Amino acid sequence: MSKQEQHWEKSKGLLMMTLAIWFVFSIGIFLFGAEMNEVTGPFGYPLTYWFTCQGSLGIFVLLIFWFANRQEKIDEEFGFSERGDD
Amino acid sequence: MIKGNFIDNLPKVYGIYTGGFLAFIIIMSIAEQMGMTAKTIGICFVAFTVAIYAIIGYLSRTAQADAYYVAGRQVPTVFNGMATAADWMSGASFVAMAGGIYFKGYGYMALLVGWTGGYVLVASLLAPYLRKFGCYTVPDFIGTRYGGNLSRFMAVVVLTVASFTYVTAQINATGTIASVALDIDFKYAVYVGLVSILLCSMLGGMRGVTWTQVAQYIVLIIAYLLPVFWISNKMGAGFFPHFMLADEVSRIAELEAQFGFVKNSAENLKEVPKGLAGITKAHSAVNATPWAFISLALAMMMGTASLPHVMMRYFTTPSVKAARKSVGWSLFFIFLLYSSAPMLATLSKLSLIDPSLPTGIIGKSIAEVQSIDWYQNWNQANLMFVSDFNGNGTLELNEFFMGGKAVVLATPEIAGLPYVISGLVAAGGMAAAMSTADGLILAIANAISHDVYYKIIDPKAETAKRLVVARVLLVVIGFAGATIAALEIQGILGSVIWAFDFAMSGLFFPLVLGVWWKRANREGAIAGMFLGLVSGAAYLVWVRTGGSGFLGITQLTFGIFGSAVSLVAMVVVSLMTQAPNAATQKMVDEVRVPAGKSILGKQH
Repeated sequence: MSKQEQHWEKSKGLLMMTLAIWFVFSIGIFLFGAEMNEVTGPFGYPLTYWFTCQGSLGIFVLLIFWFANRQEKIDEEFGFSERGDD
Repeated sequence: MIKGNFIDNLPKVYGIYTGGFLAFIIIMSIAEQMGMTAKTIGICFVAFTVAIYAIIGYLSRTAQADAYYVAGRQVPTVFNGMATAADWMSGASFVAMAGGIYFKGYGYMALLVGWTGGYVLVASLLAPYLRKFGCYTVPDFIGTRYGGNLSRFMAVVVLTVASFTYVTAQINATGTIASVALDIDFKYAVYVGLVSILLCSMLGGMRGVTWTQVAQYIVLIIAYLLPVFWISNKMGAGFFPHFMLADEVSRIAELEAQFGFVKNSAENLKEVPKGLAGITKAHSAVNATPWAFISLALAMMMGTASLPHVMMRYFTTPSVKAARKSVGWSLFFIFLLYSSAPMLATLSKLSLIDPSLPTGIIGKSIAEVQSIDWYQNWNQANLMFVSDFNGNGTLELNEFFMGGKAVVLATPEIAGLPYVISGLVAAGGMAAAMSTADGLILAIANAISHDVYYKIIDPKAETAKRLVVARVLLVVIGFAGATIAALEIQGILGSVIWAFDFAMSGLFFPLVLGVWWKRANREGAIAGMFLGLVSGAAYLVWVRTGGSGFLGITQLTFGIFGSAVSLVAMVVVSLMTQAPNAATQKMVDEVRVPAGKSILGKQH
């Protein structure tokens, strides 16, 4: 496998992981919205309510930064990263 | 100011700007103490901020194609994040979102999850790759990746349909705010709004829009957060509302159980002015089926990733790496406002319905409520209404009606904040609507000038001529939008959601598969865009004209149907026709790697 193919395989792996986490917090948990809302979540809010106000939103922010860092590491590993900017 | 090492001085420039704006707020509040009228304060706020945007727009003027189309590709990540957040958060987000949460509760929160979750798709599936591509517009990517004028043209069509649906709502919002703040007729206020919008974008294109959007973000976020924190502190609900409103949320649930949701008869509801609603849904309980919630969230997420005015903001970053990070910053700045909207809705609702609070009106006598100053003001503005349906003389929960906008606009006054806050909120709403309208009008005008005029009609046109065409189109599209907005056909929020559905129907899969599936070819992409858009639009018309719909797909989520058709059409047609040639396959390989030259040159 060429260097470029390996790079793309790893990138695809990262994409799948990112999308899996995204799926859980944008779709997965809301399949059980009614049940989860019985539980008390962070700061005392009902759990599903908290996810819709803050939880899922905040997790998406962190997820994107995590994804960006991981992808940068992959690019560096194969010497594909750009130089001299940020 | 915008010359030389302007980019290095950005934090300083916007730091001074923010300080200046805060000083302006303080001066206004002193002026209020000294007897300046509410109307003058409103005019000062809107006029002052719009004048600043116009100055920034003028200073950013340019005669270069890459500055006009992609701000010279030198916008740093954090600032691009702010600009995207302003681009993204429309008048609807600013004025109507808290109201939607207030009235519809959980069912509406799907929009919050959708409008943020979509950025994960933007960051992971599209933005960095389109940045590497080096395109000026979204159809530029489609046209180069798939080849041929027809695919490019189809992308322009989808982009125009989606963005134009969206932009009329934004011009409408600027008109509404300008008409209230400047006290002029809506018919003329729409054009005042339009001129303000064009001042930001006409001379500098994307460069002008970028630097005004950063300025607009600063105004709108201050205008949104300051009242939320102030109200929360004033009510004694907690100094940091986001972490401290659990008691208030459970108190609302308690009151809901105590009052009950009494259903009004159709005859009684006829009395209620159009556009106002009562509280009929639980505040924090789950009141929608999983599919209703998930389908709406999914439609908004895929729509987010397909809307060209957002995508093109990531063409302005210096690198692929910066584009990725910039998506994170965008969502962070959006998060600041979105996570505050439910808190504002909670504070607003509790202050109105809790009889044990001095501001509570439920349980008071109708005559007493009707004599309150703020009630009279907002009743006159057609945003509040009470009526004694059961004739017992006291106001019940089901006898109180309010417009969605009132949650943001009226809560400061109800809570007893000074009028300077209302002026600030007007300036914030204006900033939110203007910044989004600018991004959208520019997206349409750039696509038509670059992709239709330059790439299809006259590929030999010189830069100067191209930019004249781009500017003429900007004005023409702005006026077309304003003319339709002046007709006041539909509500702000409805048309915003449709725009997402149109965009995802036609563009989501052609964009994503363009990067992630090498086998996708021209015929497949054209079929995907055409059939996706047509079937989505047909579904909308069918449901609007009394059709029953299927699978629980409503007029708000028709993009799910449209994009499914688009996916199937694209895959089937691609596989039935020839695979893309070696050059195209190589191009896709290069897009997938951040290093190296972009596919399209700096000037193209």
